[in-house]
Amino acid sequence: MQTAISQASPPKKSFLYDPRVRGIFYQVLLVCVVAYLFYMAASNAIENLRRAKIASGFGFLENTAGFDISQTLITFSAAGSTYGDAFVVGLLNTLLVSAIGIVFATLLGFTVGIARLSTNWMVAKVAMVYVELLRNIPLLLQLLFWYIAVLGPLPQPRDSYVMGAGFFLNSRGLFMPRPIYASDAWVIGAAFAIGVVGTIVFRRWAKKQQESTGRQYPVGLATIGLVLGLPIAAWLVLALANANPVSFDLPVKGTFNLRGGMQILPEFVALLVGLVTYTAAFIAEVVRAGILAVSKGQTEAAGSLGLKPGQTLRLVVIPQAMRVIIPPLTSQYLNLTKNSSLAVAIGYPDLVQVFMGTVLNQTGQAIEVVTITMGVYLTISLVTSFVMNIYNRRVAIVER
Amino acid sequence: MKKAIVSIAFGLTASLLVAGSASAQATLASVKQKGYLTCGSNTGLAGFGLPDAQGNWTGLDVEFCRAMSAAIFDDPTKIRFIPLAAKDRFTALQSGEVDVLARNSTVTMSRDTQLGLDFPAINYFDGQGFMVRKKLGVSSAKELNGASICTQQGTTTELNLADYFRANNMKYEVVAFATSDETFKAYDAGRCDAFTTDASGLYAERLRASNPDDHIVLPEIISKEPLAVAVRHGDNQWGDIVRWTHNAMLNAEELGVTKANVDQMKGSDNPEIKRLLGSEGKFGEAVGLTNDWAYRIIKHVGNYGESFERNVGEGSKLKIKRGLNAQWTKGGLQYGIPIR
Repeated sequence: MQTAISQASPPKKSFLYDPRVRGIFYQVLLVCVVAYLFYMAASNAIENLRRAKIASGFGFLENTAGFDISQTLITFSAAGSTYGDAFVVGLLNTLLVSAIGIVFATLLGFTVGIARLSTNWMVAKVAMVYVELLRNIPLLLQLLFWYIAVLGPLPQPRDSYVMGAGFFLNSRGLFMPRPIYASDAWVIGAAFAIGVVGTIVFRRWAKKQQESTGRQYPVGLATIGLVLGLPIAAWLVLALANANPVSFDLPVKGTFNLRGGMQILPEFVALLVGLVTYTAAFIAEVVRAGILAVSKGQTEAAGSLGLKPGQTLRLVVIPQAMRVIIPPLTSQYLNLTKNSSLAVAIGYPDLVQVFMGTVLNQTGQAIEVVTITMGVYLTISLVTSFVMNIYNRRVAIVER
Repeated sequence: MKKAIVSIAFGLTASLLVAGSASAQATLASVKQKGYLTCGSNTGLAGFGLPDAQGNWTGLDVEFCRAMSAAIFDDPTKIRFIPLAAKDRFTALQSGEVDVLARNSTVTMSRDTQLGLDFPAINYFDGQGFMVRKKLGVSSAKELNGASICTQQGTTTELNLADYFRANNMKYEVVAFATSDETFKAYDAGRCDAFTTDASGLYAERLRASNPDDHIVLPEIISKEPLAVAVRHGDNQWGDIVRWTHNAMLNAEELGVTKANVDQMKGSDNPEIKRLLGSEGKFGEAVGLTNDWAYRIIKHVGNYGESFERNVGEGSKLKIKRGLNAQWTKGGLQYGIPIR
């Protein structure tokens, strides 16, 4: 058989049978077909909308909204704001819950993932039960659980839990003092910024020093001192100079509800807690897989070098595990962001609830609204992936 | 939520791919061909559209669909009811998922002119009101400054609410939910101080409260809510069937033709009754039905007054007075256009 193949002379190539030419031909054909389908769909949709006398185009974004939204990060009023503003409100609410959710889900996920590998039987089992329970129940049910069963029975505003220091908890949410900044409060912000920059500079210097001389510096203490100490010092100086830079607006009882202060909506809390606990269960598994992917020899080698277990984890295991963890972790971040659209079930005004719910219905422009919404989620996801890919490249193992 | 996404996706795909020519002008033919009517209904509103313990749909809106089914098929049961949340209802109708939308929907100019819909029959004249807990001690909507208010999103209610508080220079916190069920549950659980929807809806939802006697409906009616039956714009024959189904039921009430006496009335000498019941003239054929179309409606469903009393009036738990929905001869707005 081998001889037969080696002896066969290469056949005379016909243009039609050139696999490369054929490949290109089919690729081009596919692109044409897809493009044609899109074109047909779009022109058909426009034609049908016109025929059915359904308004189309994006002009509606300029029209006055006429409705109110419970949580707005920008100024929004039924009278003066447009559907475009409502879109921004929904988008910001989605980004807010996603960003905070990603931070907390990462912290909780890493904690649980590491706990599952703990040598302490109790800790490992508790983490296991958490993971298996949370990731095997549909997220929608969990959200309804948090919203209806956990936050629902909170007392009416008149019987609020008084938590002290101007904090109140009731069925309308968590109320807290709202800081009011005086004109010279920027000094505190500046002190904080200096603290952050100082920390970064000091950490770099300390790392270099350690690499060249082996001497260690109290990085943790310095960080706390710079990031927290500087702003507090600035505040104290201003306060002693009798120019109190920050005062607080405390919530007080009104006719129906507490008035003043800041309010965190129960819808937001339920959504955040639901997303964080659910996604953390998946992240925990990703982290566990990543750590298990680091060979035991690494841990043993670190131990024989005299590193403590905590140091082994922090300096040897996690950095190597990260390259396994990052890609699936990115997927979990995307999932969390997309899952935030389940907000619609519990009345949190995210993009889907505000834009695809109210705006779509008030304008009736389903195709435009759905297209915009899909475009937004696609963009958020691609940007998240892009950022995570950059990070992934930095932590990827350097081949030598 | 899945429902919402499915119906929106459905709407998109349908409007993208279905050829336009088939969608207009042909609803009656397609209904006759498939042998049943698809009727967009409320997800559950006592008196208007709600499945009973046996799973049979009941209510004023439901009976409107039953009347159409009776007129077309001589059988009030050839219907598939599709429960729709407020925010999905118009998309479902536009996309052809339902043939007719009888789901306590307010007709407004923008809905009539921008959504590609028509609203041929107003089967209930309503207005928006508020419900609060008795123990709040509130007796007027003007005292609601600072209150949290639960409402259903994608409704005229949501817009009127904003208008009312703005006009009266009052503050409020809105909490909007996708379905009427979620909205009322949130209010009942104490998330909001007040619940707002059409007055008829307030009475209907109050029955579902954990303790109905704890709640009162405030006297103010803050808007006009003509609740109408909707069809797709452009299919005039189908729109005519909706319009004349309603008028037949109104005229029957005015002329004293009831479900019980309709056979007897068939022998009446009154020319108006003769035209209504099809023994004189060919009015049914002109809209693609049989000439005894109105007889079928009254025989199977009854006249407007009977349907009203049975579903929302004295014969129901809601006990709503006829009010604006009385016959024009009795001071109401329901005015049957003559069949001739």
